[in-house]
Amino acid sequence: MTADEPLVEVTDLVKHFPIKQGILIDREVDQVRAVDGVSFSVARGQTLGLVGESGSGKSTVCRVMLQLLAPTSGSVRFEGQEIAGLSRRQLRPLRRQMQMIFQDPYASLNPRKRIGQIVGDPLKLQDVASGRELRMQVQELLERVGLSPEHYDRYPHEFSGGQRQRIGVARAIALKPKLVVADEPVSALDVSIQAQIVNLLDDLQDELGLTYVFVAHDIGVVRHISDRVAVMHDGKIVEEGTADQVCEHPRDDYTKKLLAAVPIPDPRESRARRASSSAA
Amino acid sequence: MSPAPLLSAQGLRVGFTTEGGLLQAVDGVSFDLAAGEVLAIVGESGSGKSVTAQTIVGLTRSPNARIEGSVRLGDTELLDASETELRKVRGERIAMVFQDPMTSFNPVYRLGAQIVEAIRAHRDGVSKSEGRARAVELLDSVGIPDAERRVDDYPHEFSGGMRQRAMIAMALALEPEVLIADEPTTALDVTIQAQVLRLLESLNRERGVATILITHDLGVVAEVADRVLVMYAGRVVEEGTLDEIFYDPQHPYTWGLLGSLTRLDRPRPKRLRQISGAPPSLLSLPEGCSFRPRCPHEFAKCMEMPGLEARLADAPSHCDRCWLDPERKREKREVGGQIGLEAPA
Amino acid sequence: MGRFVVRRLAGMVLVLFAVSVLVFAIFNLIPNSDPAQRLAGKNATPTLVKSIEEDWGFDESLPVQYFDTMKKIFTGELISYGDELNVDERIAEGIPTSFSLCIGAAVIWLFFGVLFGYLSATRAGGWLDRALTVGSVGGISIPVFLIATLFLYFLTYKIELFPASGYVPLLEDPIQWAYHLILPWFTLAILNIGFYSRVLRSNMLDVMREDYVRTARAKGLDEKRVMIRHVLRNSLIPIVTLFGLDFGATLFGGAIITEVIFSLGGVGQYAAEAITNLDLPPLMAITIFGAFFVVLFNALTDVVYAYLDPRIRLGTSAQ
Repeated sequence: MTADEPLVEVTDLVKHFPIKQGILIDREVDQVRAVDGVSFSVARGQTLGLVGESGSGKSTVCRVMLQLLAPTSGSVRFEGQEIAGLSRRQLRPLRRQMQMIFQDPYASLNPRKRIGQIVGDPLKLQDVASGRELRMQVQELLERVGLSPEHYDRYPHEFSGGQRQRIGVARAIALKPKLVVADEPVSALDVSIQAQIVNLLDDLQDELGLTYVFVAHDIGVVRHISDRVAVMHDGKIVEEGTADQVCEHPRDDYTKKLLAAVPIPDPRESRARRASSSAA
Repeated sequence: MSPAPLLSAQGLRVGFTTEGGLLQAVDGVSFDLAAGEVLAIVGESGSGKSVTAQTIVGLTRSPNARIEGSVRLGDTELLDASETELRKVRGERIAMVFQDPMTSFNPVYRLGAQIVEAIRAHRDGVSKSEGRARAVELLDSVGIPDAERRVDDYPHEFSGGMRQRAMIAMALALEPEVLIADEPTTALDVTIQAQVLRLLESLNRERGVATILITHDLGVVAEVADRVLVMYAGRVVEEGTLDEIFYDPQHPYTWGLLGSLTRLDRPRPKRLRQISGAPPSLLSLPEGCSFRPRCPHEFAKCMEMPGLEARLADAPSHCDRCWLDPERKREKREVGGQIGLEAPA
Repeated sequence: MGRFVVRRLAGMVLVLFAVSVLVFAIFNLIPNSDPAQRLAGKNATPTLVKSIEEDWGFDESLPVQYFDTMKKIFTGELISYGDELNVDERIAEGIPTSFSLCIGAAVIWLFFGVLFGYLSATRAGGWLDRALTVGSVGGISIPVFLIATLFLYFLTYKIELFPASGYVPLLEDPIQWAYHLILPWFTLAILNIGFYSRVLRSNMLDVMREDYVRTARAKGLDEKRVMIRHVLRNSLIPIVTLFGLDFGATLFGGAIITEVIFSLGGVGQYAAEAITNLDLPPLMAITIFGAFFVVLFNALTDVVYAYLDPRIRLGTSAQ
């Protein structure tokens, strides 16, 4: 693998969900084209922001990319190796290198497990550590994400949304992965906490050399954290470029519409924009 | 002498007895809403903004709720009004639109029928066909295409944005004096959000419906509001006109909120300005100013709860709850040329 | 709709087939169930047993016997091993009784179940709720035979308020008909009243927290309207499903214990006798007809459910 080969390369990825109908036997009559031919690549240490509204397919892309769902067709190459269509056993060693952070901090942590267990499970499952060594590593991870080692024995419900998301981040980086896919990691959080988590992810990227695919519907946050941005609509990527290119000089109509719809938190600018658009 | 406010809250306090003790969700909130005005109440989880809104129309009344203070609509005191009186106010004088359009309609009745139900609850002598005609008119007025046919559809046959418009239509059916919209666009996609905001704004402009807009999104506030109330841990921490809040914010929490925003029309900062820590648990509030544990500018006096006062000589309606005097505030609130909240170096 | 009916019919045929094969197989596997021996009675000679076997076809292979029996059920020629009488006729005689018992009990259990559930939910936490809860749990826990026996003891023996047994046909004397059925009706209903009131209470408490109930109040609807048109209406949907299944299972002789204890002489009692005497033909016939009603009501329940919940009826597609 050469130094400038991308870490992840997705080519013509397609994921269709069949709609079945029939009298006695179900036959496929139509499909939901969740992901309809998507291609992109992410260079090592960079962040790709995937932005789109609901139904755009961005969450499905994440899951198919990590082989949590099998693609209908298309290729996903990780470090040059084709991983689409690999069996679970073949994927297992690769899973250490690709991890995911989920959106809902209230639903993505098992309420019956202590957080020490939640964060430590990946380490245990991949036989990285056990016993006291495991506990120490987990506590280090907790500190790294801004929690305290004493939190090891607590349960998820004792934490706020922002703290739970930190736990999710700790779990994701436990195995020192190369790639972290974050699916709307801050959408469910209060605005003042969102900034904390975004900054944390930024810091961790610098410390650990992580590569991110960051999915969100908030284009402001995506622009802040990403090097490159891809805009998704109806299962396809309609525009791609550097974050500044896409956000300041959009070429696609949908992208322009999306950007125009974002409210500007500045009353004078907002009034000026509305005046000019109604005059236009 | 300005005309009397349409809706006036004084010292509103709402507490809930829970297993963990008394949870004071709202602790002394006062505001005035003038006719035709849009008042935005901004806050995060635990700020008490939704409880405030729902208490206005008595939706928080329950055996374990303790409600004190006063909310007057014109001459009518709402907090101790009987259920019968409140029912006449709800929908007819004060209407509400809630956050999640997917669950705000009853799934087993047709959408039009639910609008007609609202109308006929307040107007005797409206026949079903008259009601239906009015429902079609209303759906059309909020921009739902093919209203004549769609009025007989069920809620699940509408998209989220359409449902929210229908909710707004239903809220305005009886031409209320006040519309309370509790996070009306939070659950919607940004392009749909823009449409719904424009709708709310045009309704306010054209029909003069006074609006209380509850939200956590300052972008939304900047587009629609006339005045802003910033709430934190059950209290109002700052209050002023839209421009006052955005261009001369006086409370560190407001600085933090404004600072942590991403702006598409400005270059990217290296780091997002954040507010450290998390909102306090309402069951165990810190002593003195509730924001104190998260405030990098706290000093000795902050152990005493600041009163909500106008501290600027030239802006009598701009109040805040922070002991720092105005010059200190102006010094401390800018970080790298932008409003933000940062620890002193 | 057509698709639905075809699927259900195909399913029904499969279920009936499976049930009948199962009963037939079980019967033939039970020790000491040799019908020829039983028909021959005590002191039977081997020759007598042999000739009975030939006459009745017990010497044929099992599959042949199976098909033969099935044919006879549907042509009305099935003869019981026990009393050598026509099975289908005897079943037909018992149908009015069993249906009367089930339908009457169902009306009672639906009415009280919904009433108690509604009262419990609207006064949740209060003394009435607590009392009804205790009553419901009691009703669910006490076995049918105990309830029946207690009724018999206290209301027919200690105080001769009701008749202890027997069935009077409706057309003959409606008052006596009802009079004889009151105790059996309540015996059968008590368990279900307890169960249904708990389920409704639970559903209503969940629905009361839904956003659309808050919208209804915010519109200014009065509390009764909110409770009935919004809360109750939505809470009843799962109850309807439950009811369809319970009713279908009870209708065709499902209330065996009640019928036996009150000597009502319906299909259930016939089934009980057939089991005791290891008499295959009535058992086959009753289980098949019973299964038919279960599948039928299952299907009807689905239809009603779709009618009550437009999301099911129309599919969930937003435009």
